[in-house]
Amino acid sequence: MRERQAFLDVAGREGNSFVVRMPYRRTRDAIVQALLLLATAVAALSLSALTFNIIDQSFGLVLLEERILRESLAVGDRSLEELSQAELVEILRAKLRPNLLQRLESERPLPQRSQAELYALVMDRVVQPKIVRSWSLFESLFGRKAILQELGEPLPPGQRLMWRSWLNPKFVTSPAGADPLRAGVRTAILGSLWLVAIAMALALPLGIGAAIYLEEYATPGRAMRLVELNIGNLAGIPSIIYGMLGLALFVRALQPLTSGALFGMASPAPNGRTVISAGLTLGLLVLPIIIINAQEAIRAVPSSLRLASYALGATKWQTIWHHVLPSALPGILTGSILALARAIGETAPLIVVGAATFITVDPKSPFSPFTALPVQIHQWTTRPQAEFRHLAAAAIIVLLLLLLVLNAAAVLLRARYSRRQLE
Amino acid sequence: MDLGTSQAHSWPDRGQARDREQWAAEVRGAPLSLRRRARPVESVARAAVTFCGLASIAITLATVYYLGREASLFFRSSEVSLAEFLTGRVWQPQIGHFGILPLVSATLLTSIIGMAVAVPLGLAAAIYLSEYASDRTRSVLKPLLEVLAGVPTVVYGYFALTFVTPILRSLFGRDVVEIYNTGSAGIVIGILILPLIASMSEDAFAAVPQALREGALALGATRLEVALGIVLPAAASGVAAAMILGLSRAVGETMIVAIAAGAGPRLTLNPFRAAETMTGYIARISGGDVSYDSLDYNSIFAIGLLLFLITLALNLLGRMAAGRWREQYE
Repeated sequence: MRERQAFLDVAGREGNSFVVRMPYRRTRDAIVQALLLLATAVAALSLSALTFNIIDQSFGLVLLEERILRESLAVGDRSLEELSQAELVEILRAKLRPNLLQRLESERPLPQRSQAELYALVMDRVVQPKIVRSWSLFESLFGRKAILQELGEPLPPGQRLMWRSWLNPKFVTSPAGADPLRAGVRTAILGSLWLVAIAMALALPLGIGAAIYLEEYATPGRAMRLVELNIGNLAGIPSIIYGMLGLALFVRALQPLTSGALFGMASPAPNGRTVISAGLTLGLLVLPIIIINAQEAIRAVPSSLRLASYALGATKWQTIWHHVLPSALPGILTGSILALARAIGETAPLIVVGAATFITVDPKSPFSPFTALPVQIHQWTTRPQAEFRHLAAAAIIVLLLLLLVLNAAAVLLRARYSRRQLE
Repeated sequence: MDLGTSQAHSWPDRGQARDREQWAAEVRGAPLSLRRRARPVESVARAAVTFCGLASIAITLATVYYLGREASLFFRSSEVSLAEFLTGRVWQPQIGHFGILPLVSATLLTSIIGMAVAVPLGLAAAIYLSEYASDRTRSVLKPLLEVLAGVPTVVYGYFALTFVTPILRSLFGRDVVEIYNTGSAGIVIGILILPLIASMSEDAFAAVPQALREGALALGATRLEVALGIVLPAAASGVAAAMILGLSRAVGETMIVAIAAGAGPRLTLNPFRAAETMTGYIARISGGDVSYDSLDYNSIFAIGLLLFLITLALNLLGRMAAGRWREQYE
């Protein structure tokens, strides 16, 4: 009765205006729809802003200063880079202070060094290029006049304004260093590869095993619910907490193992802050992702396949090993690639486990100190000088390209998988 | 159903002479051997995968154990009291002040700003994608959101410091907005959790039966009225779960605040000033060369334990929200 009364009240209040109100309601609908689209577009816009920001910082004008101009060292019409070994030695002997020259000669006589080595030496000791100022791509393209005006014409002797792509082949192949003109990400890329390899070596077997247990062996009940709840929660723990677990467990408690002391490979001061500690930490971090994805893949295997195998007399493990796993493999692989992408991008746990703050030597073994691509990006970002911001942007492009390749592989795998399902 | 192990197998293995003889004997009329054959591979495999399954529990236990152990060392120290830890307003380990309030307030500030950005935008995106967008629009926008979700957090940190902060500073004035500030970190955290909230909410909307929408449309409701009056209430539990998990992610986010929010704990609610969050503090202290037996080292574990408990509670709450309040249709 009360509802009826309420309905009559509403109907009475609005009366016949129901039809009249339609245009108003339609307009309201259209306005809100536009607002919703706008909100969705903001998400897309922030992605473009992020891309713009990174590209903007990766290229641009730089003001270089050279102690001795590169052109002044050219012989005839050949530039410094094209000079022969003998000519480079001559330059070094003419321009370097005697005691420095003596030291270099005693390390290894100059004439015995290769042309590339000598060229690097000339650049390093004679030309000594230095970045005075740098500009972003946007400033360089649209504010070039202002830049030139500000610098004044002509430029002081030894200075030159030139374009620089901070992302270049040498950037990818050179080790890290203090000089922003020559620092690269090779050390960091190798470190990342080591870490991911160790993480996957731990997480793949453990994760697939756990998924098989949960889907094929565990009997539904309280214990299984507890395990599943636990895995769901592990997936939600902040990554920095994994870093702390790694610090307490791998770096400290298992130090004899992770520093390599047990294998006689430790450096003089045994330290657990090594590649293997960080790799294992990342392994724990991606384990829940791998388990959840592998579970889904195994669940998607039709039970007729299992029953057919049993009907032919296969045992449970034979069924799993020869039939369930092979047909779940593409799904498991897709999940693993996504986990791998997550592991490559993680920074916080590596910082806690103790990524080295400055390292220029490639990691040689699981017991080396390490750095990784995201850690390197973090360090360059937190430096106050603008040059390092440009380096960080270039390193971000390398990282994003790496992730793009991995994700593309996952998408391709998934596409192939779903096509096979249809057949 | 356990078919494989409990049955006797009397099928002959090819090429094994003894089995073939036995089989021949059986065929001649001898009784079938129903004895269970020993199969070591089966039990080894079962033990191995059970171990893998239980290993995940061991990770949780190890986390609780190590966080708890180091944290208890911290609280047992003569310089620290639990009361001061929870209520103190100054965090300065060098001079013996251990009040966690400044760190918690900064974490709350960045998380709330993040939620203020992500909830309206994420919800709007979810409603648009599920109720309005054509298939073609959806096929463009959804991958975009997925890409946004896959960007490493250190890249977001870079974005906050080199893009959002300069914009804030030119909008509000360079003397109002500090170089490091919780505002830009919070906004970028919002961008980070936006895809999470959008995709979880959209899943919740998709689970609402089409019949409900059609019923409302048949009664004369507009699309907006269907979306806000029918679909949103019906999916409320899923949306709530999305928000709770988003908040949990925001609280635990490290790299964005470590890069953009500044170093040094400070009790302030001004989003334009620098303030260090719990995660930022942990990252800064453990990143330096801190000695293992110092109070500094133990203190990060006390903070880590608190962080662990907060996110655990949020995750459980989110899970409950998704499960318990869900209306069952059909």
